[in-house]
Amino acid sequence: MMETRVRLEGICKDFQSGKAKIEALKEISFEVEEGELFGLIGPDGAGKTTLFRILTTLLTATRGNAWVDGLEVVSGYKEIRKRVGYMPGRFSLYQDLTVEENISFFATLFATTLKENYELVKEIYVQIEPFKKRRAGALSGGMKQKLALSCALIHRPGILFLDEPTTGVDAVSRQEFWALLRNLQKQGITILVSTPYMDEAGLCDRVALVQEGRILDIDGPGAMAKKFSKPLWAARAADMYRLMKDLKADDRVDTCYPFGQYHHVTFKKEKEEMARIEKSLMDKGHTGLSLQPIGPTIEDCFMELMNQ
Amino acid sequence: MNREAAISVSHLTKRFGDFTAVDRITFDVGKGEIFGFLGANGAGKTTAMRMLCGLSLPTSGRAQVAGFDLYKESEKIKKNIGYMSQKFSLYEDLTIRENNRFYGGIYGLTNQQIKDKTQFMLEYLRLEGKADTLVRALPLGWKQKLSFSVAMVHDPKIVFLDEPTGGVDPVTRREFWTMIYEAAHRGTTVFVTTHYMDEAEYCDRVSIMVDGRIEALDTPARLTGQYNAKGMEEVFVQLARKAKRNDG
Repeated sequence: MMETRVRLEGICKDFQSGKAKIEALKEISFEVEEGELFGLIGPDGAGKTTLFRILTTLLTATRGNAWVDGLEVVSGYKEIRKRVGYMPGRFSLYQDLTVEENISFFATLFATTLKENYELVKEIYVQIEPFKKRRAGALSGGMKQKLALSCALIHRPGILFLDEPTTGVDAVSRQEFWALLRNLQKQGITILVSTPYMDEAGLCDRVALVQEGRILDIDGPGAMAKKFSKPLWAARAADMYRLMKDLKADDRVDTCYPFGQYHHVTFKKEKEEMARIEKSLMDKGHTGLSLQPIGPTIEDCFMELMNQ
Repeated sequence: MNREAAISVSHLTKRFGDFTAVDRITFDVGKGEIFGFLGANGAGKTTAMRMLCGLSLPTSGRAQVAGFDLYKESEKIKKNIGYMSQKFSLYEDLTIRENNRFYGGIYGLTNQQIKDKTQFMLEYLRLEGKADTLVRALPLGWKQKLSFSVAMVHDPKIVFLDEPTGGVDPVTRREFWTMIYEAAHRGTTVFVTTHYMDEAEYCDRVSIMVDGRIEALDTPARLTGQYNAKGMEEVFVQLARKAKRNDG
Protein backbone atom coordinates (compact mmCIF):
# COMPACT_ATOMS: atom_id res chain seq x y z
CA MET A 1 0.00 0.00 0.00
CA MET A 2 1.51 3.29 -1.16
CA GLU A 3 1.40 6.13 1.27
CA THR A 4 0.92 9.74 0.31
CA ARG A 5 4.04 11.64 1.27
CA VAL A 6 3.14 15.11 0.08
CA ARG A 7 -0.35 16.54 -0.24
CA LEU A 8 -1.48 20.02 -1.24
CA GLU A 9 -5.04 21.30 -1.15
CA GLY A 10 -5.84 24.63 -2.77
CA ILE A 11 -2.52 26.25 -1.94
CA CYS A 12 -2.46 29.97 -2.80
CA LYS A 13 0.35 32.44 -2.20
CA ASP A 14 0.04 36.17 -2.75
CA PHE A 15 2.88 38.64 -2.59
CA GLN A 16 2.53 42.37 -2.29
CA SER A 17 4.69 44.37 -4.68
CA GLY A 18 4.09 48.07 -4.08
CA LYS A 19 0.38 48.50 -4.66
CA ALA A 20 0.08 45.43 -6.84
CA LYS A 21 -0.83 41.99 -5.57
CA ILE A 22 1.07 39.19 -7.26
CA GLU A 23 -0.56 35.79 -7.17
CA ALA A 24 2.45 33.50 -7.20
CA LEU A 25 0.43 30.34 -6.63
CA LYS A 26 -3.21 29.86 -7.58
CA GLU A 27 -5.11 26.94 -6.08
CA ILE A 28 -2.41 24.29 -6.29
CA SER A 29 -3.53 20.77 -5.38
CA PHE A 30 -1.73 17.45 -5.92
CA GLU A 31 -0.31 14.44 -4.13
CA VAL A 32 3.01 12.68 -4.28
CA GLU A 33 3.21 9.01 -3.33
CA GLU A 34 5.92 7.30 -1.38
CA GLY A 35 9.01 6.54 -3.45
CA GLU A 36 7.87 8.63 -6.39
CA LEU A 37 10.15 10.79 -8.52
CA PHE A 38 7.87 13.74 -9.13
CA GLY A 39 8.78 16.63 -11.43
CA LEU A 40 7.54 20.21 -11.35
CA ILE A 41 8.17 21.49 -14.84
CA GLY A 42 7.85 25.09 -15.87
CA PRO A 43 9.70 28.28 -16.77
CA ASP A 44 11.14 30.87 -14.37
CA GLY A 45 8.39 32.71 -12.55
CA ALA A 46 5.96 29.76 -12.68
CA GLY A 47 5.95 29.49 -8.87
CA LYS A 48 8.10 26.37 -8.45
CA THR A 49 10.41 27.87 -5.81
CA THR A 50 7.52 29.38 -3.82
CA LEU A 51 5.84 26.00 -3.75
CA PHE A 52 9.01 24.27 -2.53
CA ARG A 53 9.49 26.90 0.15
CA ILE A 54 5.97 26.31 1.44
CA LEU A 55 6.48 22.54 1.52
CA THR A 56 9.83 22.85 3.30
CA THR A 57 8.16 25.14 5.92
CA LEU A 58 10.18 28.21 4.97
CA LEU A 59 7.17 30.20 3.85
CA THR A 60 3.51 30.06 4.81
CA ALA A 61 0.71 29.86 2.25
CA THR A 62 -1.88 32.64 1.97
CA ARG A 63 -4.68 30.07 1.72
CA GLY A 64 -4.98 26.30 1.50
CA ASN A 65 -3.36 23.41 3.32
CA ALA A 66 -0.38 21.18 2.78
CA TRP A 67 0.96 18.05 4.47
CA VAL A 68 4.43 16.59 4.28
CA ASP A 69 5.00 13.08 5.59
CA GLY A 70 1.52 13.25 7.16
CA LEU A 71 2.30 16.45 9.07
CA GLU A 72 0.60 19.77 8.42
CA VAL A 73 3.23 22.27 7.24
CA VAL A 74 2.48 25.04 9.77
CA SER A 75 1.83 23.10 12.97
CA GLY A 76 4.33 20.35 12.16
CA TYR A 77 7.17 22.48 10.87
CA LYS A 78 9.77 21.41 13.44
CA GLU A 79 9.27 17.72 12.79
CA ILE A 80 9.06 18.19 9.00
CA ARG A 81 12.44 19.91 8.97
CA LYS A 82 14.01 16.78 10.43
CA ARG A 83 12.46 14.57 7.81
CA VAL A 84 13.06 16.44 4.57
CA GLY A 85 16.14 17.39 2.61
CA TYR A 86 16.13 20.60 0.60
CA MET A 87 18.49 21.78 -2.08
CA PRO A 88 17.61 25.36 -2.99
CA GLY A 89 18.07 26.69 -6.50
CA ARG A 90 20.65 29.20 -5.38
CA PHE A 91 23.82 27.77 -3.84
CA SER A 92 23.24 28.23 -0.10
CA LEU A 93 26.14 26.52 1.61
CA TYR A 94 28.92 28.31 3.46
CA GLN A 95 31.34 29.55 0.82
CA ASP A 96 34.13 30.11 3.34
CA LEU A 97 33.92 26.63 4.83
CA THR A 98 35.62 23.72 3.11
CA VAL A 99 33.73 20.83 1.52
CA GLU A 100 34.42 18.70 4.57
CA GLU A 101 33.42 21.44 7.02
CA ASN A 102 30.12 22.07 5.24
CA ILE A 103 29.22 18.40 5.39
CA SER A 104 30.17 18.05 9.03
CA PHE A 105 28.26 21.26 9.86
CA PHE A 106 25.02 19.96 8.35
CA ALA A 107 25.56 16.51 9.82
CA THR A 108 26.01 18.03 13.28
CA LEU A 109 22.81 20.08 12.94
CA PHE A 110 20.94 16.83 12.51
CA ALA A 111 22.94 15.05 15.22
CA THR A 112 24.59 12.66 12.81
CA THR A 113 27.94 12.14 11.07
CA LEU A 114 29.16 11.57 7.54
CA LYS A 115 30.40 8.16 8.61
CA GLU A 116 26.97 7.10 9.80
CA ASN A 117 25.33 7.87 6.45
CA TYR A 118 28.28 7.29 4.19
CA GLU A 119 26.54 4.57 2.14
CA LEU A 120 23.72 6.92 1.16
CA VAL A 121 25.91 9.80 -0.02
CA LYS A 122 28.85 7.69 -1.20
CA GLU A 123 28.07 7.75 -4.91
CA ILE A 124 27.94 11.55 -4.88
CA TYR A 125 30.53 12.26 -2.22
CA VAL A 126 33.35 10.27 -3.83
CA GLN A 127 33.28 12.76 -6.70
CA ILE A 128 33.96 15.71 -4.39
CA GLU A 129 36.13 13.90 -1.87
CA PRO A 130 39.39 14.77 -3.73
CA PHE A 131 38.56 18.43 -3.03
CA LYS A 132 37.45 18.05 0.57
CA LYS A 133 39.97 20.62 1.81
CA ARG A 134 38.85 23.20 -0.72
CA ARG A 135 36.54 26.05 0.26
CA ALA A 136 33.05 25.65 -1.15
CA GLY A 137 33.23 29.08 -2.77
CA ALA A 138 36.16 27.93 -4.92
CA LEU A 139 34.36 24.89 -6.39
CA SER A 140 33.03 24.74 -9.95
CA GLY A 141 29.27 24.77 -10.56
CA GLY A 142 29.04 21.00 -10.97
CA MET A 143 30.97 20.32 -7.78
CA LYS A 144 28.94 22.84 -5.76
CA GLN A 145 25.82 21.06 -6.91
CA LYS A 146 27.18 17.70 -5.71
CA LEU A 147 28.20 19.17 -2.37
CA ALA A 148 24.74 20.71 -1.91
CA LEU A 149 23.11 17.37 -2.66
CA SER A 150 25.40 15.59 -0.20
CA CYS A 151 24.48 18.11 2.51
CA ALA A 152 20.76 17.74 1.74
CA LEU A 153 21.09 13.96 2.15
CA ILE A 154 23.33 13.80 5.19
CA HIS A 155 20.49 13.20 7.69
CA ARG A 156 18.88 10.47 5.56
CA PRO A 157 15.67 12.38 4.74
CA GLY A 158 12.57 10.50 3.62
CA ILE A 159 11.64 13.24 1.17
CA LEU A 160 14.00 15.26 -0.96
CA PHE A 161 13.14 18.66 -2.49
CA LEU A 162 15.45 19.71 -5.30
CA ASP A 163 14.84 23.14 -6.74
CA GLU A 164 16.20 23.37 -10.30
CA PRO A 165 19.30 21.25 -9.69
CA THR A 166 20.12 21.09 -13.41
CA THR A 167 19.60 24.71 -14.46
CA GLY A 168 22.59 26.04 -16.37
CA VAL A 169 24.18 22.60 -16.34
CA ASP A 170 25.45 21.04 -19.57
CA ALA A 171 23.72 18.08 -21.25
CA VAL A 172 26.24 15.48 -20.02
CA SER A 173 26.20 16.60 -16.37
CA ARG A 174 22.40 16.70 -16.50
CA GLN A 175 22.27 13.06 -17.61
CA GLU A 176 24.62 12.09 -14.78
CA PHE A 177 22.58 14.01 -12.22
CA TRP A 178 19.37 12.24 -13.23
CA ALA A 179 21.11 8.89 -12.92
CA LEU A 180 22.02 9.87 -9.34
CA LEU A 181 18.39 10.72 -8.61
CA ARG A 182 17.26 7.33 -9.91
CA ASN A 183 19.65 5.63 -7.51
CA LEU A 184 18.42 7.69 -4.56
CA GLN A 185 14.86 6.78 -5.51
CA LYS A 186 15.85 3.09 -5.37
CA GLN A 187 16.89 3.63 -1.77
CA GLY A 188 13.30 4.57 -0.97
CA ILE A 189 13.56 8.35 -0.98
CA THR A 190 10.58 10.29 -2.32
CA ILE A 191 11.87 13.02 -4.61
CA LEU A 192 10.28 16.27 -5.77
CA VAL A 193 12.40 18.01 -8.37
CA SER A 194 11.76 21.16 -10.36
CA THR A 195 13.21 21.99 -13.75
CA PRO A 196 12.73 24.40 -16.62
CA TYR A 197 13.99 21.74 -19.08
CA MET A 198 10.97 20.06 -20.64
CA ASP A 199 13.02 17.13 -21.92
CA GLU A 200 13.65 16.05 -18.33
CA ALA A 201 9.94 15.25 -17.90
CA GLY A 202 10.47 11.79 -19.38
CA LEU A 203 12.83 10.94 -16.51
CA CYS A 204 10.12 11.46 -13.86
CA ASP A 205 7.40 9.03 -12.80
CA ARG A 206 4.86 11.84 -12.89
CA VAL A 207 5.07 15.51 -13.71
CA ALA A 208 3.10 18.66 -13.00
CA LEU A 209 3.37 21.30 -15.70
CA VAL A 210 3.30 24.73 -14.06
CA GLN A 211 2.91 28.15 -15.60
CA GLU A 212 2.14 31.48 -13.95
CA GLY A 213 1.22 29.92 -10.62
CA ARG A 214 -1.17 27.36 -12.10
CA ILE A 215 -0.91 23.68 -12.79
CA LEU A 216 -1.65 23.04 -16.44
CA ASP A 217 -1.72 19.26 -16.08
CA ILE A 218 -0.47 16.41 -13.90
CA ASP A 219 0.22 12.94 -15.24
CA GLY A 220 2.85 10.39 -16.19
CA PRO A 221 4.94 11.75 -19.06
CA GLY A 222 3.74 9.05 -21.47
CA ALA A 223 0.06 9.50 -20.60
CA MET A 224 0.42 13.27 -20.89
CA ALA A 225 1.81 13.07 -24.41
CA LYS A 226 -1.20 10.95 -25.44
CA LYS A 227 -3.54 13.79 -24.47
CA PHE A 228 -2.18 16.05 -27.19
CA SER A 229 -5.30 16.98 -29.10
CA LYS A 230 -4.24 16.86 -32.74
CA PRO A 231 -2.11 14.87 -35.15
CA LEU A 232 1.38 16.36 -35.11
CA TRP A 233 3.69 16.61 -38.09
CA ALA A 234 7.43 17.15 -38.37
CA ALA A 235 8.34 19.36 -41.32
CA ARG A 236 11.77 19.84 -42.79
CA ALA A 237 13.20 21.64 -45.83
CA ALA A 238 16.49 23.09 -46.98
CA ASP A 239 15.60 26.59 -45.79
CA MET A 240 14.04 26.12 -42.36
CA TYR A 241 13.51 29.81 -41.66
CA ARG A 242 11.56 30.36 -44.87
CA LEU A 243 9.67 27.10 -44.30
CA MET A 244 8.49 28.42 -40.93
CA LYS A 245 7.38 31.72 -42.44
CA ASP A 246 5.49 29.96 -45.23
CA LEU A 247 3.82 27.50 -42.87
CA LYS A 248 2.78 30.26 -40.48
CA ALA A 249 1.29 32.22 -43.39
CA ASP A 250 -0.73 29.18 -44.55
CA ASP A 251 -4.42 29.37 -43.48
CA ARG A 252 -4.61 25.62 -43.06
CA VAL A 253 -1.85 25.62 -40.43
CA ASP A 254 -2.89 25.96 -36.81
CA THR A 255 0.47 25.98 -35.02
CA CYS A 256 4.07 25.80 -36.20
CA TYR A 257 6.99 25.72 -33.77
CA PRO A 258 10.66 25.06 -34.43
CA PHE A 259 11.86 21.86 -32.71
CA GLY A 260 15.54 21.28 -33.38
CA GLN A 261 15.94 19.82 -36.86
CA TYR A 262 12.20 20.01 -37.57
CA HIS A 263 9.23 22.31 -37.28
CA HIS A 264 6.31 20.77 -35.40
CA VAL A 265 3.08 21.57 -37.21
CA THR A 266 -0.60 21.05 -36.49
CA PHE A 267 -3.42 21.78 -38.91
CA LYS A 268 -6.83 23.29 -38.33
CA LYS A 269 -8.58 20.35 -39.96
CA GLU A 270 -8.07 16.96 -38.40
CA LYS A 271 -7.51 15.30 -41.78
CA GLU A 272 -5.63 17.71 -43.95
CA GLU A 273 -4.29 16.27 -47.18
CA MET A 274 -0.54 16.29 -46.80
CA ALA A 275 0.00 15.88 -50.52
CA ARG A 276 -1.71 19.21 -51.12
CA ILE A 277 0.27 20.95 -48.38
CA GLU A 278 3.49 19.53 -49.76
CA LYS A 279 2.62 20.62 -53.26
CA SER A 280 1.89 24.19 -52.22
CA LEU A 281 5.23 24.33 -50.38
CA MET A 282 7.02 22.93 -53.40
CA ASP A 283 5.30 25.57 -55.56
CA LYS A 284 6.88 28.15 -53.27
CA GLY A 285 10.27 26.74 -54.23
CA HIS A 286 11.08 24.62 -51.18
CA THR A 287 13.58 21.83 -51.70
CA GLY A 288 14.47 18.81 -49.59
CA LEU A 289 10.94 18.88 -48.23
CA SER A 290 9.68 16.21 -45.86
CA LEU A 291 6.49 16.05 -43.83
CA GLN A 292 6.16 13.11 -41.43
CA PRO A 293 3.78 12.28 -38.59
CA ILE A 294 5.49 12.47 -35.21
CA GLY A 295 4.61 11.78 -31.57
CA PRO A 296 4.27 14.88 -29.36
CA THR A 297 6.83 15.64 -26.65
CA ILE A 298 6.04 17.18 -23.25
CA GLU A 299 7.15 20.51 -24.69
CA ASP A 300 4.46 20.23 -27.41
CA CYS A 301 1.90 19.51 -24.68
CA PHE A 302 3.13 22.41 -22.56
CA MET A 303 2.75 24.87 -25.42
CA GLU A 304 -0.69 23.56 -26.32
CA LEU A 305 -1.81 23.95 -22.70
CA MET A 306 -0.22 27.40 -22.47
CA ASN A 307 -2.20 28.57 -25.48
CA GLN A 308 -5.53 27.35 -24.18
CA MET B 1 32.45 29.84 -45.97
CA ASN B 2 32.79 32.47 -48.71
CA ARG B 3 31.28 35.32 -46.84
CA GLU B 4 33.29 38.04 -45.19
CA ALA B 5 34.50 37.19 -41.67
CA ALA B 6 32.97 39.08 -38.75
CA ILE B 7 35.16 37.23 -36.26
CA SER B 8 38.49 35.73 -37.13
CA VAL B 9 40.40 33.82 -34.47
CA SER B 10 43.77 32.14 -34.74
CA HIS B 11 45.45 30.05 -32.02
CA LEU B 12 43.81 32.14 -29.32
CA THR B 13 45.01 31.04 -25.89
CA LYS B 14 44.35 32.07 -22.31
CA ARG B 15 46.34 30.76 -19.40
CA PHE B 16 45.74 31.38 -15.72
CA GLY B 17 49.00 30.37 -14.02
CA ASP B 18 49.68 26.83 -15.20
CA PHE B 19 46.05 26.27 -16.16
CA THR B 20 45.21 26.65 -19.87
CA ALA B 21 41.56 27.70 -19.96
CA VAL B 22 41.47 28.28 -23.71
CA ASP B 23 43.94 26.31 -25.78
CA ARG B 24 44.84 27.58 -29.28
CA ILE B 25 41.35 27.91 -30.71
CA THR B 26 41.07 28.82 -34.39
CA PHE B 27 37.87 29.65 -36.27
CA ASP B 28 36.08 32.25 -38.39
CA VAL B 29 32.49 33.45 -38.09
CA GLY B 30 30.93 34.85 -41.25
CA LYS B 31 28.98 38.08 -41.46
CA GLY B 32 25.30 37.44 -40.75
CA GLU B 33 25.99 33.94 -39.51
CA ILE B 34 24.33 32.39 -36.45
CA PHE B 35 27.24 30.71 -34.71
CA GLY B 36 26.54 28.33 -31.82
CA PHE B 37 29.35 28.17 -29.27
CA LEU B 38 28.82 25.03 -27.23
CA GLY B 39 30.76 23.19 -24.57
CA ALA B 40 30.38 21.53 -21.20
CA ASN B 41 30.55 23.58 -18.01
CA GLY B 42 34.19 24.46 -17.47
CA ALA B 43 35.24 23.83 -21.09
CA GLY B 44 36.41 27.44 -21.49
CA LYS B 45 33.44 29.05 -23.29
CA THR B 46 33.08 32.01 -20.95
CA THR B 47 36.80 32.74 -20.96
CA ALA B 48 36.84 32.63 -24.77
CA MET B 49 33.80 34.85 -25.01
CA ARG B 50 35.25 37.40 -22.58
CA MET B 51 38.34 37.66 -24.77
CA LEU B 52 36.28 38.14 -27.93
CA CYS B 53 34.30 40.91 -26.24
CA GLY B 54 37.52 42.73 -25.35
CA LEU B 55 37.09 42.17 -21.61
CA SER B 56 40.10 39.94 -21.09
CA LEU B 57 43.49 39.96 -22.84
CA PRO B 58 44.61 36.72 -24.48
CA THR B 59 47.88 35.11 -23.41
CA SER B 60 48.73 34.42 -27.05
CA GLY B 61 47.20 34.02 -30.47
CA ARG B 62 45.45 36.52 -32.74
CA ALA B 63 41.88 37.64 -33.26
CA GLN B 64 39.91 40.25 -35.14
CA VAL B 65 36.39 41.07 -34.05
CA ALA B 66 34.21 43.30 -36.25
CA GLY B 67 37.39 44.16 -38.15
CA PHE B 68 39.34 45.31 -35.10
CA ASP B 69 42.39 43.81 -33.44
CA LEU B 70 41.78 42.24 -30.05
CA TYR B 71 45.01 43.58 -28.51
CA LYS B 72 45.12 47.10 -29.92
CA GLU B 73 41.53 48.06 -30.55
CA SER B 74 39.46 46.53 -27.77
CA GLU B 75 37.59 49.81 -27.17
CA LYS B 76 36.49 49.88 -30.81
CA ILE B 77 35.39 46.26 -30.49
CA LYS B 78 33.22 47.12 -27.50
CA LYS B 79 31.49 49.87 -29.49
CA ASN B 80 30.71 47.52 -32.34
CA ILE B 81 29.33 44.55 -30.47
CA GLY B 82 26.25 43.92 -28.36
CA TYR B 83 26.17 41.59 -25.36
CA MET B 84 23.35 39.95 -23.52
CA SER B 85 23.41 37.33 -20.79
CA GLN B 86 20.67 35.54 -18.95
CA LYS B 87 21.88 36.87 -15.64
CA PHE B 88 22.34 40.55 -16.17
CA SER B 89 20.85 42.72 -18.81
CA LEU B 90 18.39 45.41 -17.84
CA TYR B 91 17.91 47.66 -14.83
CA GLU B 92 14.76 46.41 -13.11
CA ASP B 93 14.08 49.73 -11.40
CA LEU B 94 14.24 51.73 -14.61
CA THR B 95 11.45 51.85 -17.19
CA ILE B 96 11.80 50.49 -20.71
CA ARG B 97 12.38 54.03 -22.02
CA GLU B 98 14.99 54.75 -19.33
CA ASN B 99 16.90 51.53 -20.00
CA ASN B 100 17.03 52.44 -23.67
CA ARG B 101 18.23 55.95 -22.91
CA PHE B 102 20.88 54.58 -20.59
CA TYR B 103 22.27 52.00 -23.00
CA GLY B 104 21.81 54.26 -26.03
CA GLY B 105 23.70 56.98 -24.17
CA ILE B 106 26.56 54.65 -23.28
CA TYR B 107 26.96 53.80 -26.95
CA GLY B 108 26.90 57.47 -27.90
CA LEU B 109 23.57 57.61 -29.73
CA THR B 110 21.99 61.05 -30.15
CA ASN B 111 18.73 61.86 -28.36
CA GLN B 112 16.88 61.65 -31.66
CA GLN B 113 18.41 58.24 -32.44
CA ILE B 114 17.44 56.97 -29.00
CA LYS B 115 13.90 58.24 -29.47
CA ASP B 116 13.56 56.58 -32.87
CA LYS B 117 15.07 53.33 -31.60
CA THR B 118 12.72 53.23 -28.63
CA GLN B 119 9.73 53.77 -30.89
CA PHE B 120 10.87 51.06 -33.31
CA MET B 121 11.54 48.62 -30.48
CA LEU B 122 8.17 49.12 -28.81
CA GLU B 123 6.41 48.48 -32.11
CA TYR B 124 8.57 45.48 -32.97
CA LEU B 125 7.95 43.87 -29.58
CA ARG B 126 4.31 44.94 -29.56
CA LEU B 127 4.89 46.78 -26.28
CA GLU B 128 3.28 50.07 -27.33
CA GLY B 129 2.00 51.96 -24.33
CA LYS B 130 4.48 50.21 -22.03
CA ALA B 131 7.41 52.62 -22.51
CA ASP B 132 7.05 53.99 -18.99
CA THR B 133 6.54 50.64 -17.29
CA LEU B 134 9.25 49.52 -14.88
CA VAL B 135 11.16 46.55 -16.26
CA ARG B 136 10.54 44.79 -12.94
CA ALA B 137 6.80 44.71 -13.68
CA LEU B 138 7.17 42.97 -17.03
CA PRO B 139 6.62 39.22 -17.45
CA LEU B 140 9.88 37.29 -17.68
CA GLY B 141 9.50 36.35 -21.30
CA TRP B 142 9.18 40.01 -22.27
CA LYS B 143 12.25 40.91 -20.29
CA GLN B 144 14.41 38.50 -22.29
CA LYS B 145 13.10 39.80 -25.61
CA LEU B 146 13.56 43.36 -24.42
CA SER B 147 17.12 42.62 -23.25
CA PHE B 148 17.93 41.38 -26.71
CA SER B 149 16.53 44.53 -28.30
CA VAL B 150 18.47 46.72 -25.87
CA ALA B 151 21.66 44.79 -26.65
CA MET B 152 21.01 45.75 -30.29
CA VAL B 153 20.18 49.42 -29.60
CA HIS B 154 23.37 50.67 -31.30
CA ASP B 155 23.00 48.36 -34.34
CA PRO B 156 26.10 46.32 -33.47
CA LYS B 157 27.83 44.30 -36.17
CA ILE B 158 28.00 41.31 -33.85
CA VAL B 159 25.83 40.34 -30.91
CA PHE B 160 27.08 37.93 -28.22
CA LEU B 161 24.31 36.03 -26.45
CA ASP B 162 25.32 34.06 -23.36
CA GLU B 163 22.60 31.51 -22.57
CA PRO B 164 19.88 33.97 -23.55
CA THR B 165 16.96 31.55 -23.18
CA GLY B 166 17.71 29.84 -19.85
CA GLY B 167 14.53 29.30 -17.84
CA VAL B 168 12.33 30.93 -20.47
CA ASP B 169 8.98 29.32 -21.34
CA PRO B 170 8.88 27.23 -24.52
CA VAL B 171 6.78 29.65 -26.57
CA THR B 172 8.91 32.68 -25.67
CA ARG B 173 12.06 30.65 -26.30
CA ARG B 174 10.89 30.14 -29.87
CA GLU B 175 9.86 33.76 -30.30
CA PHE B 176 13.32 34.67 -29.10
CA TRP B 177 14.90 32.52 -31.79
CA THR B 178 12.69 34.15 -34.40
CA MET B 179 14.23 37.46 -33.30
CA ILE B 180 17.70 35.93 -33.67
CA TYR B 181 16.87 34.76 -37.21
CA GLU B 182 15.54 38.17 -38.14
CA ALA B 183 18.63 39.92 -36.79
CA ALA B 184 20.86 37.54 -38.76
CA HIS B 185 18.83 38.16 -41.94
CA ARG B 186 19.42 41.88 -41.46
CA GLY B 187 23.16 41.14 -41.46
CA THR B 188 23.97 41.03 -37.74
CA THR B 189 26.35 38.25 -36.78
CA VAL B 190 25.03 36.22 -33.85
CA PHE B 191 27.39 34.40 -31.49
CA VAL B 192 25.33 32.36 -29.06
CA THR B 193 25.82 29.84 -26.23
CA THR B 194 23.07 27.54 -25.01
CA HIS B 195 22.43 24.39 -23.01
CA TYR B 196 19.33 23.59 -25.08
CA MET B 197 20.51 21.19 -27.75
CA ASP B 198 17.45 21.79 -29.94
CA GLU B 199 18.67 25.38 -30.19
CA ALA B 200 22.05 24.16 -31.42
CA GLU B 201 20.16 22.84 -34.47
CA TYR B 202 18.97 26.38 -35.30
CA CYS B 203 22.52 27.64 -35.75
CA ASP B 204 24.20 27.90 -39.16
CA ARG B 205 27.33 26.38 -37.67
CA VAL B 206 28.23 25.05 -34.27
CA SER B 207 31.51 24.62 -32.44
CA ILE B 208 31.93 22.32 -29.46
CA MET B 209 34.65 23.03 -26.92
CA VAL B 210 36.19 20.27 -24.84
CA ASP B 211 38.96 21.00 -22.31
CA GLY B 212 39.73 24.42 -23.78
CA ARG B 213 39.97 23.21 -27.39
CA ILE B 214 37.50 23.29 -30.23
CA GLU B 215 36.89 19.61 -30.88
CA ALA B 216 34.27 19.96 -33.60
CA LEU B 217 33.04 22.73 -35.86
CA ASP B 218 30.56 22.42 -38.70
CA THR B 219 26.91 22.74 -39.64
CA PRO B 220 24.56 20.78 -37.34
CA ALA B 221 23.61 18.49 -40.24
CA ARG B 222 27.21 17.60 -41.07
CA LEU B 223 28.17 17.09 -37.42
CA THR B 224 25.17 14.84 -36.91
CA GLY B 225 26.23 12.80 -39.95
CA GLN B 226 29.89 12.72 -39.01
CA TYR B 227 29.18 11.43 -35.49
CA ASN B 228 26.50 9.07 -36.72
CA ALA B 229 24.07 10.69 -34.28
CA LYS B 230 20.34 11.40 -34.22
CA GLY B 231 20.87 15.05 -33.42
CA MET B 232 23.12 17.62 -31.80
CA GLU B 233 22.38 16.34 -28.30
CA GLU B 234 24.04 13.03 -29.15
CA VAL B 235 26.96 14.75 -30.87
CA PHE B 236 27.46 16.93 -27.81
CA VAL B 237 27.30 14.03 -25.36
CA GLN B 238 29.76 11.95 -27.40
CA LEU B 239 32.28 14.79 -27.44
CA ALA B 240 31.78 16.14 -23.92
CA ARG B 241 32.22 12.69 -22.41
CA LYS B 242 35.80 12.70 -23.72
CA ALA B 243 36.63 15.60 -21.43
CA LYS B 244 39.58 14.84 -19.18
CA ARG B 245 39.68 18.15 -17.40
CA ASN B 246 38.34 17.64 -13.93
CA ASP B 247 35.46 19.93 -13.22
CA GLY B 248 36.82 20.61 -9.70
